[in-house]
Amino acid sequence: MSAEEKASVAQDSVAAPVVVRVRRPALAESRWVRRLLIAAALVFLALFLLLPLVAVFVQAFQKGFAAYWEALVEPDAVAAIRLTLLVAAIAVPLNLVFGVAASWCIAKFDFRGKHLLTTLIDLPFSVSPVISGLVFVLLFGLHGVLGPFLKSQGIQIVFALPGLVLATVFVTFPFVARELIPLMHEQGCDEEEAALVLGASGWQTFWHVTLPNIKWGLLYGVLLSNARAMGEFGAVSVVSGHIRGETNTMPLHVEILYNEYNFVAAFAVASLLALLALVTLAAKTALEWRFGAELAALKRH
Amino acid sequence: MLFRSRFLVLAAGLAFFGFAAARAAGSDTLLNVSYDPTRELYVEFNKSFANEWKSSAGSTVTVRQSHGGSGKQARSVIDGLEADVVTLALAYDIDAIADAGLLAKDWQKRLPENASPYTSTIVFLVRKGNPKGIKDWDDLVKPGVQVITPNPKTSGGARWNYLAAWAYALEKNGGNEDKAREFVTALFKNVPVLDSGARGSTITFTQRQLGDVLLAWENEAFLSVQELGADKLEIVVPSLSILAEPPVAVVDSVVDRKGTRKLAEAYLQFLYTREGQEIAARNFYRPRNAEVAKAYAARFPEVRLVTIDGAFGGWRTAQAKHFADGAVFDQITQGKK
Repeated sequence: MSAEEKASVAQDSVAAPVVVRVRRPALAESRWVRRLLIAAALVFLALFLLLPLVAVFVQAFQKGFAAYWEALVEPDAVAAIRLTLLVAAIAVPLNLVFGVAASWCIAKFDFRGKHLLTTLIDLPFSVSPVISGLVFVLLFGLHGVLGPFLKSQGIQIVFALPGLVLATVFVTFPFVARELIPLMHEQGCDEEEAALVLGASGWQTFWHVTLPNIKWGLLYGVLLSNARAMGEFGAVSVVSGHIRGETNTMPLHVEILYNEYNFVAAFAVASLLALLALVTLAAKTALEWRFGAELAALKRH
Repeated sequence: MLFRSRFLVLAAGLAFFGFAAARAAGSDTLLNVSYDPTRELYVEFNKSFANEWKSSAGSTVTVRQSHGGSGKQARSVIDGLEADVVTLALAYDIDAIADAGLLAKDWQKRLPENASPYTSTIVFLVRKGNPKGIKDWDDLVKPGVQVITPNPKTSGGARWNYLAAWAYALEKNGGNEDKAREFVTALFKNVPVLDSGARGSTITFTQRQLGDVLLAWENEAFLSVQELGADKLEIVVPSLSILAEPPVAVVDSVVDRKGTRKLAEAYLQFLYTREGQEIAARNFYRPRNAEVAKAYAARFPEVRLVTIDGAFGGWRTAQAKHFADGAVFDQITQGKK
């Protein structure tokens, strides 16, 4: 509520003391409506978030901890976990660099085609992940645009690690940039201009002024893009080739195990993915809690 | 412009970060790209082959597996998935790879028995007690019966399903094609979902509890009963079915580049040995070897089987007539909904 609105409400209450009828405060619903709404929200939350999460863990431990552990140390599962971590370890830093570069470019400069660039950054969000995977097959596949050249050079992109990384980078690209662009826009260029006027070089300005200003937003973006990088299914499924122990990431491994009637193992690996998500959320909450004041200050900036 | 333009250049330069990884060329690794229901078969077979290769050639071999709908897998190989051998659901999918120039067109003559070391057929899987009383193909087109089958566009098993139904209707109506078409149209009207692969359909039927009857590979049906219990599912053998020959082939262009031809050929040959045939039979595939077939005769019911060459003039003809874009399958499913 803006200050003006507050003032007008205050005026109303001052101007109407003659009315004896007790009126419900205009801004609060009745007790029952409030309770009903809260209950609906909680039931929804429990049904759609909590219950599935609990179900994953219940299924995973259905045959005891030994079976759970066995599913996780099985060579194909270990390979899938390693591959997922490797893909994320390559894709996330790349997107950190790309995301910062892109949002810096968009927020701090004016140039022709800026809107087009902003739209392009959002593209991976609006395109179906399957299509995101398919474009790489069309580009780098044996009969793709670059296929014959790559084959003659003995380079394998799709159905191998580079394809998985490319697809992951593509689908997780907007996370960092989307987080930073509004923040950097809001911050404006005043501090950077001041730094330049005081004689700082471009790099100095970036390291000492821009980066400290955006660090929390950046961290948040990285966490989100990491979560998506590890959990991505559609795009990765198209370029993977599903070779066990080689190009199967964790989400793909879960699908395979499930299709093999190996439900305990499927849910064990799924629970690991869920744990990764929970750790990401916990890290985010911890950051907000620990640096809440600083974050709020930044938002007000 | 607030900053000097070289920062823009830097930002653009970063965006041009390209990378590539050299192809891992291990001559003792094979990739077997297969269709959906063969996972369990090849897990067992690969172990056995690795032992055999170790004792005969003295080196360790790792066989990697990739599974999915047969048509989809063929597509991946055409797009560059480096399969040393393909073991798919039907000859046409390997023909498609041959048409793309990756292996010799006469591939099916390079190994005995149409290059199909094991066979299978199409049976019905129903819920325990057969509540809808499904006995034969005619029961599938009755109103209120839900039939689960994968999509013939992507799944090899589904194409066998479709053709088996077609063959039955053809025989029943004295070779009348229009009647057969009507029958298959009615059958697909009873299909609520089309998964992309055979295993997906099995999971839909057994786990999601959708449908009254699953049209399945015989081996897939046996496996479901074994995995999920004879107290939940039953197999119904129709009066007529089709002889499904899932073929195997070495992908010439891949093995020649990787230098794995000898290994890949030995791998496929091993499927025809007594041991290979036993493994196939244990995994509910009908073995070609007469002795092994005799030993496992009790497990495979006698069914009258038509062949793809006899009833449909081979896969290329069947594919063009029924499953190509705009062909019969597209026509009959277009009217749906």
